[in-house]
Amino acid sequence: MLIDALLLQLGYNATLVAIGATLLGVSAGVTGTFLFLRKRALVSDAISHATLPGVCLAFILMASFGGDGRNLVGLLLGSAVSASAGLWCLNWLTRNTRLAEDAAIGSVLSVFFGFGIVLLTVIQTLGVGRQAGLEGFLLGSTAGMLWADAMVIAVGGAVTLLLILLIRRPMTLVAFDPEYAAARGLPVSKIDMAMMGLVMAVTVVGLKIVGLILIVALLIIPAVTARFWTERSDYVVLLAGLAGGLSAYIGAAMSASAPNLPTGPIIVLMSFALFLFSLLFAPNRGVLAAVLRHFRFQRRVHLRQGLLALAQGQPIYEKLTLRLLRNGGLVRADGVATDKGKARAAKALRDERRWAVVRSDQAHEAAAALYDGLRQIESVLTQDQITEIDRHIGGPKEVLA
Amino acid sequence: MSGEEFVPLSLTPLLIGIFAAVACALPGNFLLLRKQALIGDAISHVVLPGIVVAFLLTGAISAAPMMLGAAGAAVVAVVLIEAIRRLGRIEPGAAMGVVFTTMFAGGVLLLEQTDTSSVHLDVEHALYGNLESLIWLDATGWSSLLDPQALAHLPVELPRMALTLLAVVLFIAVFWRVLKISTFDEGFARTLGIRTNLLGLALVITAAVAAVAAFDAVGSIIVIAMFICPPAAARMMSNHLEGQVAWSVGFAVLSAVFGYVLAGYGPLWLGAQDAVSAAGMIATVSGLILAVSARFGPCRNRSGAPVGV
Repeated sequence: MLIDALLLQLGYNATLVAIGATLLGVSAGVTGTFLFLRKRALVSDAISHATLPGVCLAFILMASFGGDGRNLVGLLLGSAVSASAGLWCLNWLTRNTRLAEDAAIGSVLSVFFGFGIVLLTVIQTLGVGRQAGLEGFLLGSTAGMLWADAMVIAVGGAVTLLLILLIRRPMTLVAFDPEYAAARGLPVSKIDMAMMGLVMAVTVVGLKIVGLILIVALLIIPAVTARFWTERSDYVVLLAGLAGGLSAYIGAAMSASAPNLPTGPIIVLMSFALFLFSLLFAPNRGVLAAVLRHFRFQRRVHLRQGLLALAQGQPIYEKLTLRLLRNGGLVRADGVATDKGKARAAKALRDERRWAVVRSDQAHEAAAALYDGLRQIESVLTQDQITEIDRHIGGPKEVLA
Repeated sequence: MSGEEFVPLSLTPLLIGIFAAVACALPGNFLLLRKQALIGDAISHVVLPGIVVAFLLTGAISAAPMMLGAAGAAVVAVVLIEAIRRLGRIEPGAAMGVVFTTMFAGGVLLLEQTDTSSVHLDVEHALYGNLESLIWLDATGWSSLLDPQALAHLPVELPRMALTLLAVVLFIAVFWRVLKISTFDEGFARTLGIRTNLLGLALVITAAVAAVAAFDAVGSIIVIAMFICPPAAARMMSNHLEGQVAWSVGFAVLSAVFGYVLAGYGPLWLGAQDAVSAAGMIATVSGLILAVSARFGPCRNRSGAPVGV
């Protein structure tokens, strides 16, 4: 069943939903990346909640003029208007008052959403009777998607992607270093506004599929996921688009394959699964990589300390150190150093002496700053410099132990 | 308005609304100053999966396990946010966004999967609450306040919310001095031997308890609005913590009263038949108060200096 869904074999409607969701996932992932890099991820939360009163007002307006209140384009226009009002309030509060951005986000989202709920209850009491499905904007409702709705979503997603393609350079620059961008003469506030406009467009388009509460997830999670895998901003953007598209596609397919699987939540949980995988297994920034790095570091420290102890004839009791020395063939089972161990120990001790000279000498200040008790002295000084130091501390000494 | 009508129909929801608003606004002051204002937002989203899981485990709608489930979910969310922030080296806003949306999605999925919608658990209820339905049917008028038989049938949300408010007030009163110091200068607080991390966690747990109790009675939208709007408006009115807290309590009470009255009677004045959502109206009023204080409040500027001095 799931295979059928993934291969788009579940009929016209499911195919429509899957394609629409994938397009939305890609454009949300790509747009959200800039928001995430600009460290304003939660602004999308305020924007999405602020769409509710607009949807309701548009419904009331369209219904009171005798039209069908559920016209998607009209509802989306209304949501865009109220989202931009929310965004304006957010900007005004952060610029003109002492409120920090997070407080402004929270107040905009709760007040707009609260007002939206008031309007929802007004609509319920209007007795228009055709309000069914309006609540779907809270959590998304894909089952009843029509060809026209899918077209709105597809075109909206495609236009957002195109716009991003056009202004990705300045947006990246502003996201990473707004001061530098300003110094370069870029209109930072206008670029920020364009970024927010794009986020708003994605939010409005996504209302139908995942709903206004969960669209935030599609904007934030893929970007965070992609950030684990690469240090390059254009790759982050591409990977985020990929992660968003993939989770939307699989999520939509899964929800079509079984009853009682709401599309929005499934898509969000899919993208969280991708996030979790990246958090654990990404190279370099992942948890597993960090744990391995820690173990490698620990082994180097223990080995080094063990060698120094050998060189000075001190007994070693620490279990890990002993095991590392034995495994390296540096000591025998009874703890006595082998020839190889003696040689390595002598070298380690000698390097410590060399480092001591380097660190006491003003001339080597730059090199001395690199001392961490592990670094090979050959990696910071030339052979000539080492020979010069060796003249001060005398020739190699044998380890007696 | 006569007591025969007001006491049974409006007194208890009004009191519950006021208690909930104040219980959320009090810890909200500290969260706002600590730049953790959105914790309230995150908590109110994750309460849903907590309640659903508690319902699935116990199979019944009863207050204690639901409160436990919700509080547990709030703590899980705070721990998860912190873990993701540290393990993944992600900025706090994004970590919060990842956690609360995912947990909310999980809650919605569980709801849909387990057909709990037959009992009064559903997403709309979780969002708007049912403040209007918390009426006191046994009351006949003001005299009922002294009648033990009628008092026995008060909506349980009222004593529960009152107790929560009391607990919040006690927490803040007992830890007032250390909270104040560690909010404004965490480094200094640590040199005084204050366990700032522990205190921060205690504050978040207090906020979570207030949020859960309020959520149960009035829905999540009030929780978010009351955590942020009254303290934010109060921030424009005073440069002193004492003043800010006092203003925020005043604003919270004002929002609850005006919101409730406007929701219940406003439509009637306009000639409509039915009331609108009280929770939504309370949030709206708190937003209007914030707008006015942000425009005219004496301490609205970032420098903190009162205008014209």
